[in-house]
Amino acid sequence: MSTPSSLDSKYVSLQFKNRLFYMLLAAGGLVVLAALYAVHMMESHGHIITGMNNQIVWGMPHVFAIFLIVAASGVLNVASIGSVFGKAIYKARAPLASLLSIAMLSGGLAVLMLDLGRPDRFMLPAIDFNPTSVFAWNVVLYSGMFGLVIAYLWTMMEKRMNVFTKTVGIAVFAWRFVLTTGTGLIFAFLTARQAYGSAILPPMFIVLSFAWGMAVFHMVQTVMYAWNNTELDPAILDRKKHLLGIFVMASLYMVVVYHMTNLYFAHRMGFERFILLDGGIYPALFWWGYVVLGNIVPLALIYMPALGRKKCAVAASLAIVLGGFAFLYVFIIGGQAYPLDIFPGYQVSSTFGDGQIASYTPSIYEILLGFGGLAIAFIITTVSVRVLNFMPHDKPYIAD
Amino acid sequence: MNDIQDQRRNFLKTSVGVAAVAVAPGMLLFNVAHSKSEAVSSDVRWGMLIDTANCAEGCKDCVTACNKENGLSGGLAPTDSQWIRKIEIKDVSAGRSFALPMMCQHCEEPPCVDVCPTGASFKRADGIVLVDKHRCIGCRYCMMACPYKARSFVHEPLHNQNPDVPRGKGTVESCTMCVHRIDAGKQPACAEACPNKSILFGNLNDPASEIAKKLRTVASVQVRSDLGLNPGIHYQGM
Repeated sequence: MSTPSSLDSKYVSLQFKNRLFYMLLAAGGLVVLAALYAVHMMESHGHIITGMNNQIVWGMPHVFAIFLIVAASGVLNVASIGSVFGKAIYKARAPLASLLSIAMLSGGLAVLMLDLGRPDRFMLPAIDFNPTSVFAWNVVLYSGMFGLVIAYLWTMMEKRMNVFTKTVGIAVFAWRFVLTTGTGLIFAFLTARQAYGSAILPPMFIVLSFAWGMAVFHMVQTVMYAWNNTELDPAILDRKKHLLGIFVMASLYMVVVYHMTNLYFAHRMGFERFILLDGGIYPALFWWGYVVLGNIVPLALIYMPALGRKKCAVAASLAIVLGGFAFLYVFIIGGQAYPLDIFPGYQVSSTFGDGQIASYTPSIYEILLGFGGLAIAFIITTVSVRVLNFMPHDKPYIAD
Repeated sequence: MNDIQDQRRNFLKTSVGVAAVAVAPGMLLFNVAHSKSEAVSSDVRWGMLIDTANCAEGCKDCVTACNKENGLSGGLAPTDSQWIRKIEIKDVSAGRSFALPMMCQHCEEPPCVDVCPTGASFKRADGIVLVDKHRCIGCRYCMMACPYKARSFVHEPLHNQNPDVPRGKGTVESCTMCVHRIDAGKQPACAEACPNKSILFGNLNDPASEIAKKLRTVASVQVRSDLGLNPGIHYQGM
């Protein structure tokens, strides 16, 4: 039985958590407000106040948006392993994974839409649908994903609907593969650009999504367990950590293959040299940001947990997320900074940046907009986990 | 009875008069706007043959004419629109250098049209590739897809636009081949302004046209023909 003093301390701790919750919510709200201010500025002044220009047409907002969208698909891996492959510890986490997917998809899409030159026309792709555009396909894929994941959550959280969980789970599993394929295709279809136009990009994005989604999931889950003063079963932690390690290795393999194939083509050597060796910020971010921070550090933390398993798993997840941002910065912005080869074999120059490396410095407005996307995902997650039961409920762990 | 008929007659007369006064200025303005009443036809494919041997290095008359015709600022900042630009090209191994104007190549299979989510990028029946400013959402995917980097995004609010060439902040734009001039039976501004007559404009589908005849007799290339887009712009002397 609890003594009066222990009840008091529990009450104080509850009150503190209550306040902390509202403070976190307010902080998230402030970031969203700052992002809306940035959007207002971009609307009234035009994109001139961003770092983007006619050479670097997609910038920082796209790095944030694509990370969120890719991770939104990947986080569903946790759910799929549960409902499609019937693993109990993942099944218990499927609702939280679905929630994170909806939250990140909302944040990512908000950033993409608010960065448009004419955000007021964001509904047009749904009305004037161009069937040959992969962007237009993605409008269908993203809305379908929202609908399916909400239906999936319903089948899991409403007991009477439980019978449909597996069927809807399989549909979500298939849909998210198509969705991430669609995201990869946005770049794969750009035939003329040295950085893109490769069939390996869709599968590469799918495997990257596994690692990024799992990392985000792990970070959120750790915070939730700490908030509820609960310990995650070390056996479960180990299993998930090792899966994360496999995802990291697999994604690094895909990135290596992407660069190796480029290196084999003589006409793409210049681009690879730029990205991997002498392109200034881009090789630095690729090697230190993506390879070291995003792969080697997390792998070391996962397989040699010197700080203790729990801390190492969270640190590895954070490193994977940061590495993901570094990768996308190099992929999206570095890919555009390298000049388009309009006259292969010739040396060219013009007033429009032909033959020159394009420069790009992100402005505060773009960064605010990107963080706004993260804040939207944060708010949706924090409010939902407070009002609904998204905490994983594990039965005593038995390996299956 | 007669009174009523007179009143009716007067009412009708006045109504017709008022209607005529209301409609006439509109009709007049319609003519002023040079709108073509008949639709464009795919029997015509507009194109250009550019003689790079005659295109003087350093000459920017085509660029200046384009800017003036289309109300562009002529600014050279990375955020400024450039519908046409001169590219100085050097064949490093041979040591030869030359220049040419580069603009939208008005492809038969335009990647910008394929990727546009709303269909704002479109190709007219006569082969001219355009952007519908009312449909463009400003996603810039067409700029990523264009192999010629021919498109610009309007980064700033615009003032004093040319009424014949509407533009819009937050939308993408590119060379229209001076469609408003073509529809009025004139040549594109760049072709007209070239002091060396290096830009030959005409109907590629008409075997009797000067451009078609010349294309049959001189060696010409399409830039990045390996991509299979069949641009309407051909270059001679490269």
